[in-house]
Amino acid sequence: MTDGAATDVLVETHVLEYPGGYTRSVGPVVGKFLSGLADAKILGARTSDGRVIVPPLEYDPATAEPIGEFVDVGPTGVVTAWTWVTDPRPDKSPLDHPFGFALILLDGADTAMLHAVDVVGPDAMSVGMRVEPRWAAERIGSILDITAFVPEGTAGTPPPPPDSSTEPVTGIVSPVRLTYEINAGVAQSIYLRGLQEHKIIGQRAKDSEEVYVPPRGTDPTTGALTEIDVEVADTGTVTTFCVVNVGGLSELAPEIPYVCAQILLDGGNTPWFGLVQGIDAEDVHMGLRVKAVWADELSPSAESIKWFEPTGEPDAPYESYRSYA
Amino acid sequence: MRDVAVIAFAHYMVGRDREHNEVELISPVVRAAVAQSGIPQGEIGFTVSGSCDYLSGGPFTFVGGLDAVGAWPPIKESHVEMDAAWALYEAWVAIQVGDVDSALIYGFGKSSSADITEVFSLQNDPYYVAPLWPSTIDMAALAASAALAGGVTTERDIAEFTAACHQAAKANPHAISASSRSADELLEAPVTHPPLREADIAPITDGAVAVVIAAAELAAEVCERPAWIRGIEHRIEPQALGVRDITSSASTRAAAEAAGVGGAPVEVAEIHAQFGHEGPLLARALGLGPETVVNPSGGPLGANPIMSTGLIRIGEVAERVWSGDIARGVAHATQGPCLQQNLVCVLEGEKS
Repeated sequence: MTDGAATDVLVETHVLEYPGGYTRSVGPVVGKFLSGLADAKILGARTSDGRVIVPPLEYDPATAEPIGEFVDVGPTGVVTAWTWVTDPRPDKSPLDHPFGFALILLDGADTAMLHAVDVVGPDAMSVGMRVEPRWAAERIGSILDITAFVPEGTAGTPPPPPDSSTEPVTGIVSPVRLTYEINAGVAQSIYLRGLQEHKIIGQRAKDSEEVYVPPRGTDPTTGALTEIDVEVADTGTVTTFCVVNVGGLSELAPEIPYVCAQILLDGGNTPWFGLVQGIDAEDVHMGLRVKAVWADELSPSAESIKWFEPTGEPDAPYESYRSYA
Repeated sequence: MRDVAVIAFAHYMVGRDREHNEVELISPVVRAAVAQSGIPQGEIGFTVSGSCDYLSGGPFTFVGGLDAVGAWPPIKESHVEMDAAWALYEAWVAIQVGDVDSALIYGFGKSSSADITEVFSLQNDPYYVAPLWPSTIDMAALAASAALAGGVTTERDIAEFTAACHQAAKANPHAISASSRSADELLEAPVTHPPLREADIAPITDGAVAVVIAAAELAAEVCERPAWIRGIEHRIEPQALGVRDITSSASTRAAAEAAGVGGAPVEVAEIHAQFGHEGPLLARALGLGPETVVNPSGGPLGANPIMSTGLIRIGEVAERVWSGDIARGVAHATQGPCLQQNLVCVLEGEKS
């Protein structure tokens, strides 16, 4: 195992994203706070022992009692802790230039809230500095309606609330986008590179005859390493299948109805997922003998095999695949 | 209570593993720990893992990890979306209940697949905090700032803890971030994430860990000097930073008291301090005095394979008990922003 790029392991960029963002309902307490922000007001909630929590939580974290009345706090306050962000995150950080994060204890509040502070540099930040919110011109009922806190007396007059601010906020949208660099690992890279060479390569452990394809690097029944590469045939037997009558599941999916099957490749011991074409969906059955149809352009990708078609051979006897069905 | 001991420990840590997928990461450490335990794999009663699907950006990736364990015929198994130290806690409970006599616990994760400080920003409150995308480092730096302002620690305390960890890491062949720099030298380095410096931040680390625990009779049979779990407890605090004291780790203190840390001298403590200021802060919460050697392995500042780091603390203490180097040690694990949830485990060489 080495710290560095292994030349034959495949790497792919993977993006985790929820298009349009996660929609969340906020409930009456968070909703009241967010509605206040749209009105350029900051609300706290009073607990049974008289403390004021900002931003408000539904229940007192000390007693689990429901919170009581809402009270106006701030908008000015004091920084109780701070740090500095030299490299803002594009499309994520609240500001697109270097800024501070701070815990801010608003006047009239007993708990500090996290937000950004917009000053020229870290030398302008300190514990004890007085700040006030700078409001966004367009406010929608979001924590980002405060663009940042700034030194007290420098924010100017807040822009007027939009007409819609009389509507209570009932939900927020949370965009999520994370970028990953995924590597396939040794075993799967051998398999994927095999596809580019018109080969289907499985693996088995030293003390086992079971060939796993696609291989994951271990024998899933024992956890033993599968160190021996075994090329299997591109012909096999349908062990089970399903007819898909719902369209639009994937850009690569054929026209409906089509068949997804588990195919036990000759020489392999794990049924393998493939599409079956070249035969009416209603005629596909267990035991059907099929052969891979390869793509014209081969690549280290599952797309190298387009689908499977019947070979015309007699059906495989049930006994030959019963333990895989 | 049944006596339960840690009897095997294996781990793998590297700055950036570009060669292996998760299964290939787990497999060698699982096989090493099982072999070390002396218990045939098929006779281990329970398997529990700790990992985080967001590290690889796919749903149920922890299920794929089972390929490294061997789950046919079917095994009794569980998973926690937490550091594997909490998986060990679940296994310990299963042994207490009497269902099983032994358990395999493993943790794994690749911190290098994405920007880990950004991935964990998603664990923050979705309404008030997550839209601001503070990174894990930003959050920790705020706690450090609060601790300095509150007089709980000093810049020198932080530098001395960081320097001690990096110096200890030089003796750990698994560590990836080691240095002989003194606290004075560290204090001259630029402050990158005020008030923290680059050296105060645990390095990006990929890795995996496996541990085997067993009940009294079995442990004594297969292990010459088992590391007995004499106390194990975990406690959690509210999520919102404003409603808890981020300068004192009340949950660590409560878990330490419940686990009986203060009942006898602590020779070694392995603590899950991923940022320099968390060292002095946790030492105080655990009630450790100058007689305790803290993080002789280098700790998370030496190597920090996310989701394994906490369980590795338990393994590091157990190894020192097995060897006879110490009679009593404490392991600490944490999860969540600014030490939100904390687990404390007391290990001893003598059975109760």
